[in-house]
Amino acid sequence: MSFDSDLLRFVFGRLTLEAIPYHEPILVATFIAVALGGAALFALITYYKKWGYLWHEWLTSVDHKKIGIMYIILALIMLLRGFSDAVMMRIQQAIAFNGAEGYLPPHHYDQVFTAHGVIMIFFMAMPFVTGLMNLVVPLQIGARDVSFPFLNNFSFWMTAAGAVIIMISLFVGEFARTGWLAYPPLSGADYSAGVGVDYYIWGLQVAGVGTTLSGINLIATILKMRAPGMTMMKMPVFTWTSLCTNVLIVASFPVLTATLALLSLDRYVGTNFFTNDLGGNPMMYVNLIWIWGHPEVYILILPAFGIFSEVVATFCGKRLFGYASMVYATVVITILSYIVWLHHFFTMGSGASVNSFFGITTMIISIPTGAKMFNWLFTMYRGRIRFEVPMLWTIGFMVTFVIGGMTGVLLAVPPADFVLHNSLFLIAHFHNVIIGGVVFGLMAGVVYWFPKAFGFKLDPFWGKMSFWFWLTGFYFAFMPLYVLGLMGVTRRVSQFEDPSLQIWFVIAAFGALLIGIGILSFLIQLFVSFRRRNELLDLTGDPWDGRTLEWATSSPPPDYNFAFTPVVHDHDSWWDMKKRGYERPTEGFLPIHMPKNTGAGIILGGISVVLAFAIIWYIWWLAAVSFIAMLAVAIGHTFNYKRDFYIPVEEVIETENKRTTLLAGQV
Amino acid sequence: MQYPVKLIRLLILLLPALYLSGCNMVVMSPSGDIATQQRDLIVISTILMLIIIIPVILLTLFFAWHYRRSNTTAKYDPDWHHSLRLEVVIWSAPLAIIIALGAVTWISTHKLDPYRPLDRLDAARPVPADVKPITVQVVALDWKWLFFYPDQGIATVNELAAPVDVPINFRITSSSVMNSFYIPALAGQIYAMPGMETKLHAVINKPGEYDGFSANYSGDGFSHMRFKFHGLSKEDFDQWLANAKSRGTALNRDAYLKLEKPSEKEPVRYFASTDPGLYEAILNMCAAPGKMCMNEMMHIDMMGGGGKESADNRARLEYDNRHAKDGGTAATFPASGTAPRDDEKPTDSQPHDGSHVPNQLHN
Repeated sequence: MSFDSDLLRFVFGRLTLEAIPYHEPILVATFIAVALGGAALFALITYYKKWGYLWHEWLTSVDHKKIGIMYIILALIMLLRGFSDAVMMRIQQAIAFNGAEGYLPPHHYDQVFTAHGVIMIFFMAMPFVTGLMNLVVPLQIGARDVSFPFLNNFSFWMTAAGAVIIMISLFVGEFARTGWLAYPPLSGADYSAGVGVDYYIWGLQVAGVGTTLSGINLIATILKMRAPGMTMMKMPVFTWTSLCTNVLIVASFPVLTATLALLSLDRYVGTNFFTNDLGGNPMMYVNLIWIWGHPEVYILILPAFGIFSEVVATFCGKRLFGYASMVYATVVITILSYIVWLHHFFTMGSGASVNSFFGITTMIISIPTGAKMFNWLFTMYRGRIRFEVPMLWTIGFMVTFVIGGMTGVLLAVPPADFVLHNSLFLIAHFHNVIIGGVVFGLMAGVVYWFPKAFGFKLDPFWGKMSFWFWLTGFYFAFMPLYVLGLMGVTRRVSQFEDPSLQIWFVIAAFGALLIGIGILSFLIQLFVSFRRRNELLDLTGDPWDGRTLEWATSSPPPDYNFAFTPVVHDHDSWWDMKKRGYERPTEGFLPIHMPKNTGAGIILGGISVVLAFAIIWYIWWLAAVSFIAMLAVAIGHTFNYKRDFYIPVEEVIETENKRTTLLAGQV
Repeated sequence: MQYPVKLIRLLILLLPALYLSGCNMVVMSPSGDIATQQRDLIVISTILMLIIIIPVILLTLFFAWHYRRSNTTAKYDPDWHHSLRLEVVIWSAPLAIIIALGAVTWISTHKLDPYRPLDRLDAARPVPADVKPITVQVVALDWKWLFFYPDQGIATVNELAAPVDVPINFRITSSSVMNSFYIPALAGQIYAMPGMETKLHAVINKPGEYDGFSANYSGDGFSHMRFKFHGLSKEDFDQWLANAKSRGTALNRDAYLKLEKPSEKEPVRYFASTDPGLYEAILNMCAAPGKMCMNEMMHIDMMGGGGKESADNRARLEYDNRHAKDGGTAATFPASGTAPRDDEKPTDSQPHDGSHVPNQLHN
């Protein structure tokens, strides 16, 4: 008996049959749906014999455009997961009154709100932002790929591996019940003994590798691979904001990695960094996690600001107002984002001078942000505004975001924060800036750059449906939360006593429904646009009368992006080229040197999932085996010398001639 | 497409109306002087910011409408992209607001520092010289609140009372994880953290029954970690004390260690007497027998440390692993070898409806 249990323990670690939540109907139903969906997808790919295509053209691709698209697909899948969590919370809070316990017991509800936060920030917003930067930045600076194409593929697969680890926790074991930042001592071994926090730690650690490396990659790309003539102060604003975002990523993600590493030492080997006793200091964790966490919100919002800058200039048919002040504002925000972290815990008893210092630095950030807002405003001034879908998102953002900004500055006043901290007012505030800022920006970006990526525009009717449902849904879902916050309702509560609160939660749930229709409309938009792609075709490569270099090449761009590297003379280089009567070169092509696809990234990502799973469940033999396998694959990859090839000149000529014919047909 | 725009406008118009109708917004209509000043600050800051926000929103909508492509009478100037004068305005307008707000912040943060003893009862009355503040020591437990009244010698669970117009000095700690002590009608919140003490000074100006709760998520029983705070007249408060004294039992160490175990929805309880030094022992994580108090160890360290001999103190300083001697290894036993605390099932003081959810932690 004891031999058996020792053997079982050796083979399976702490993984037992009990870890499969077969007694939770919600999870069983979800699992069946996922399994059926997965099986159907598998069958379809097999039936159409697309495995080879998928492997050679996508999964192993080092093409920045395809990697960008894969990032965005990952983000959209995780958006659905995170949104399902949101809906579950909204329903629970709308019904758990008057002694009713709702349908989610705390054990489950606490996992849901933790998963919602983790997924939406790390696996929805981050991959979405990274995906757009990957897709667009090399095109905007006239490059053929990023600096380190294989590293790019590897980064993507590490991010995807992190997402897979988080998703496994849904069906094997449980997820953390600690809130999305997992404050100790609650997240320490003493109070959260299960696998939940370990899933959290390893999911983020694995994805963090990808995020950090992709940050390094994009910084190198922007600094070293710009087209001749594109000085720093002639870079498109989206490229500028991407640069600042990636600087923030590289400077802050190591802090997260180190913090989580210390927490895992506490949990795995019994150190006392963040425990209550033996000299541990939980407040140190709170400081460290927010030293990463505050820059993180600017990592998300800066690219969105960049997208709005591109969109507003394009659809107003006018050069961006105050380019230089836009750039300086971005840089100032980048720097300031490091000296505000304490505003997340004014209520932990820092002195009045410390609190006021961090309160005031926080308010100062609103100055460059305000300047940006005015710059967009005065770009519209004396413009010719086309209300295409990306522009609608931009205007929706400008109106919505300033409200979120205002409540944010309010929360930065420490005595006001004492009554609003951790309340639903705070929840309303950060959803106001993240949905009203980041999500609106990403949606604008997707609609704006979709034709560049796929060669046809998205259907405008469903785009407008999506916009209006998102916008109204946002107001219905979050304005009641502001009210509830002022009524003294705190976050993460799953059951309520005061019946007068219920109506507000019901309105908020209705708002979530509207947002759901908004998301559905977006999916319909993708489907309808694909069906109607021949009508929506973009043959010129410049469907919006664009201003920056990505519109100079075809849609979708050839593998090599530009047959000749463009030469830049002014801001808005493509606009400038069009104005000066640029003629596209039609001869003199040369073979083009390109990086070669490799499967090493996806294999390393896959092994990382196994390794993390083994560590989470204490299956030490598997951890050792997978770690050695990982080293072997990594070392093996260094012996792969077939890393590049030349696109033969005939192929380049053929591609470019096709485009010449297409363009001639347009005129 | 006009329909959603109208809806939004309606919603925006509705918000102040709701505020005026007073839908029980305790934060906006509190009953204690500190919370009232914090409310005033919310209002002042909001008004200051609206000076910028409203014109921006209106200008956005106006420009969007006026410079629409179909309006060919509007001026179109595709190369206009710089104006020094305008740049100065768009940087200095927010700057001016932030300077004003920053000054307000600096002053109010110092004046409303929760650690600062009160100097006024409300806007009109300073604290009279003969009023002695009442001290309450607050302990956040899993998942209930324990209040000590050291001067009166009593303690309560999940019920707090204080006489009106008497300053209250709170000393706040926690036994296990972080919580936040918050009575919106009285004053802003402050965290309750194990092994640490935070302070809060406040006063209640109107008699009444107010809600108090934990404002920081602390685990399974968090939703019900609520209590009532009674603002009472002098006589009523004395009666409340007398009642607690006559009905209550004694809170000694044993009783505390039982009380400390995780439980939910605890009914109100009174203790007529408390062990001397119990609050300090909880704060220093040495309420259990045989434990060394953290401040003792800190004192030893401050005097230069105890050398090798003090290694023996380690076991006496361990706090959380109270299941180590049970020896059971759960499926999710942490690799650190420290046994999990949450293996202990919370006891539910109310009748259990039997809908316990199977939990892989408890196999």
